[in-house]
Amino acid sequence: MSTFVYMTKCDGCGHCVDICPSDIMHIDPTTRRAVNIEPNMCWECYSCVKACPNEAIDARGYADFAPMGHSVRVLREEEKGTISWRIKFRNGTEKNFVSPITTKPWGEYIPKLAEADQPDQGEINSQILYSEPKGLNTKKELPTISKSSFKKGVYY
Amino acid sequence: MPKNKTVYENCDVLVVGGGMAGTGATFEARHWGRDLKIICVEKANIDRSGAVAQGLYAINCYMGMQWGENQPEDHVRYARNDLMGLVREDLGYDMARHVDSTVHMFDEWGLPMMRNEETGRYQREGKWQIMIHGESYKPIVAEAAKKSADKIYNRIMITHLLMDETKENRVGGAVGFNMRTGNYHVFRAKTVIVAAGGASHIFKPRAVGEGMGRTWYAPWSNGSAYALPIDVGAKMTQMENRIVLCRFKDGYGPVGAYFLHLKTYTQNANGENYEKKWYDQTKELVGEYIDHHPTPTCLRNHAFIQEVMAGRGPIHMVTKEAFQDPHLETIGWENFLGMTVGQAVVWASQNIDPKYQNPELTTSEPYVMGSHATCSGAWVSGPEDLSPPEYFWGYNRMTTVEGLFGAGDTVGGSAHKFSSGSFTEGRLAAKAAVKYIQDQKAEDINVSEKQCENFREIIYKPLENYKVGRNEITAGTVSPSYILPLQGLQRLQKIMDEYVGGISFNYMTNENTLKRGLELLDLLKEDLEHVGAEDYHQLMRAWELKHRTLTSQCVTEHTLFREETRWPGYYYRGDHMKLDDENWHCLTVSRRDPKTGKFTMEKMPVYHIIDDEEKKFAAS
Repeated sequence: MSTFVYMTKCDGCGHCVDICPSDIMHIDPTTRRAVNIEPNMCWECYSCVKACPNEAIDARGYADFAPMGHSVRVLREEEKGTISWRIKFRNGTEKNFVSPITTKPWGEYIPKLAEADQPDQGEINSQILYSEPKGLNTKKELPTISKSSFKKGVYY
Repeated sequence: MPKNKTVYENCDVLVVGGGMAGTGATFEARHWGRDLKIICVEKANIDRSGAVAQGLYAINCYMGMQWGENQPEDHVRYARNDLMGLVREDLGYDMARHVDSTVHMFDEWGLPMMRNEETGRYQREGKWQIMIHGESYKPIVAEAAKKSADKIYNRIMITHLLMDETKENRVGGAVGFNMRTGNYHVFRAKTVIVAAGGASHIFKPRAVGEGMGRTWYAPWSNGSAYALPIDVGAKMTQMENRIVLCRFKDGYGPVGAYFLHLKTYTQNANGENYEKKWYDQTKELVGEYIDHHPTPTCLRNHAFIQEVMAGRGPIHMVTKEAFQDPHLETIGWENFLGMTVGQAVVWASQNIDPKYQNPELTTSEPYVMGSHATCSGAWVSGPEDLSPPEYFWGYNRMTTVEGLFGAGDTVGGSAHKFSSGSFTEGRLAAKAAVKYIQDQKAEDINVSEKQCENFREIIYKPLENYKVGRNEITAGTVSPSYILPLQGLQRLQKIMDEYVGGISFNYMTNENTLKRGLELLDLLKEDLEHVGAEDYHQLMRAWELKHRTLTSQCVTEHTLFREETRWPGYYYRGDHMKLDDENWHCLTVSRRDPKTGKFTMEKMPVYHIIDDEEKKFAAS
């Protein structure tokens, strides 16, 4: 499917332009509404569809292999922490799915490392990364192997 | 040419690309470099960029050391086996021993992990994979990078690395342009971490016309991971090791959860298990590797391809049994909605309900990348405690260019990293980059105004080409003076497809076709001096194409160098159909001389740092 935009729903806000990973959602200078300028570089990732506040963007299966008459619609609700999908087959079969998108209030549990504890003196020369070894939950040091066991060539 | 502003930025750590590896690098750099200036530059918008833009339904690399599920050495054995013996085991072990701490952070940050109700552990999909509701995987890790960076630049495509003029072979930053404003951006940096994307769209895709973008790997992954380091003379490894994916037909929907969790299986058009039929023939080619467990991915592809060529296709995935269970049916569909929506669309459009009909599979066009079940990329230093002398030159994940680091698709030899491992590798590279700065290795870097001005001229040339050439013709797309980026891309794809082992030739190539391919690539390279870009968006496409072409040259040189068929099912050297451990149980390494553009090739030893404790052979 490549995405397309409904004339009567789009208000030209540009959320889709801002998010599209392929830089193919642009504002058409004549209509002042969004348009997919390069359908053949669309990955159907639905980033624009999810970002659109007006439900103005939809996808129509790629013309070279997808028969018409289907739809896959999505509603991403950040405040509820869910994503809902509705799949409609060409023959009318319908399937609905809802999944969580996060378990925590948005961003709150992601640390700002500039304000977190400083690494200990000399730790930069060790092999451990931030939060390690504690963050491995093994109650052990970071694993390593002795170089004496290395073998060169075909045999393991 | 429009007058574009030049924007200068000086920083300590410059991260090129804000996908999984780039966000990992940006995040971790702040922990070790509290007072350093950390900048991340992204071609799109880091909230939805890179391979994980549309989400993921599984994290494919998690040891589970806390529950004794797997140890790093088990992962080395697994990746080594899957890649027919050839990986950088030091890099793989290093990634694997850290990856659990990365995943635990994702859990803390709010990524919904599925849990096994009985054990309370993360729900396993297979031995290495854990299942997630990952629609917002990318926005979550992007948030972590935003909190660490001094600044994130979106919509800037980095086209070239800058080199220090005080000390030879030392990096000095990067340059690029903003595809919205057209501004020219100069980043002078003490260290650069290339965390850009691998390469889709260098081989002709199966989909044509409107569906061309429905490649397995994202169409925006344009090989900058390779072109940037290759261009400045960094050594590359295993670039011949392209990957072909067995996927659901047309949508390239993933099969991992289907095979591993839903326990679906494949059969030919007659309902037969075809894989075992090809056992003897495969053994002829690769010897005892066919007896390894699990069967290496390329060898399973091989059976698929041979069976289809023998006229017994299509190959189907048997889903009708598993999908009778409503829970498994939900997983089957959500798996696509979480990471490959396009497959759901294909099935809806063709009325394929896997509950009642076994869907078709296909083998994809080849891709060049370094984070999935393949390991093309830059030749980098490993960590001090794990790397033999040939693999170690001071700083973990540093390329052979000083101060230039890599992570994710950029790093060669460390296969099976996937999303979590790429993020982890970014963290490793970032720590090493900070150490490099603290060790005062980045003093007195000089990047002259002349060097920057030079690149400025080169970068905008496609706009000028178009402007001048367009005045010669009345209208349309045909010009005697320029080619458009899409026209050049299609030429590249045709060359790679027909000469370097693409779908049209059933992945077959040989010395003669490769040499002809190189000649045609040289001509394309010359023509790309005349690529014409109508606007800044097309300017981005022009530079994507140039990066893809440089990557393709390197891939072709490597494929020519390795005189064996190491990975049947990924590609075949018709003139050397057998695996040859005696001469080729080694890693291939290339370097392109930035002055002459010529490639030189060498063999590097494979070190097996892990023994073969686990029984390698399946009971046969």
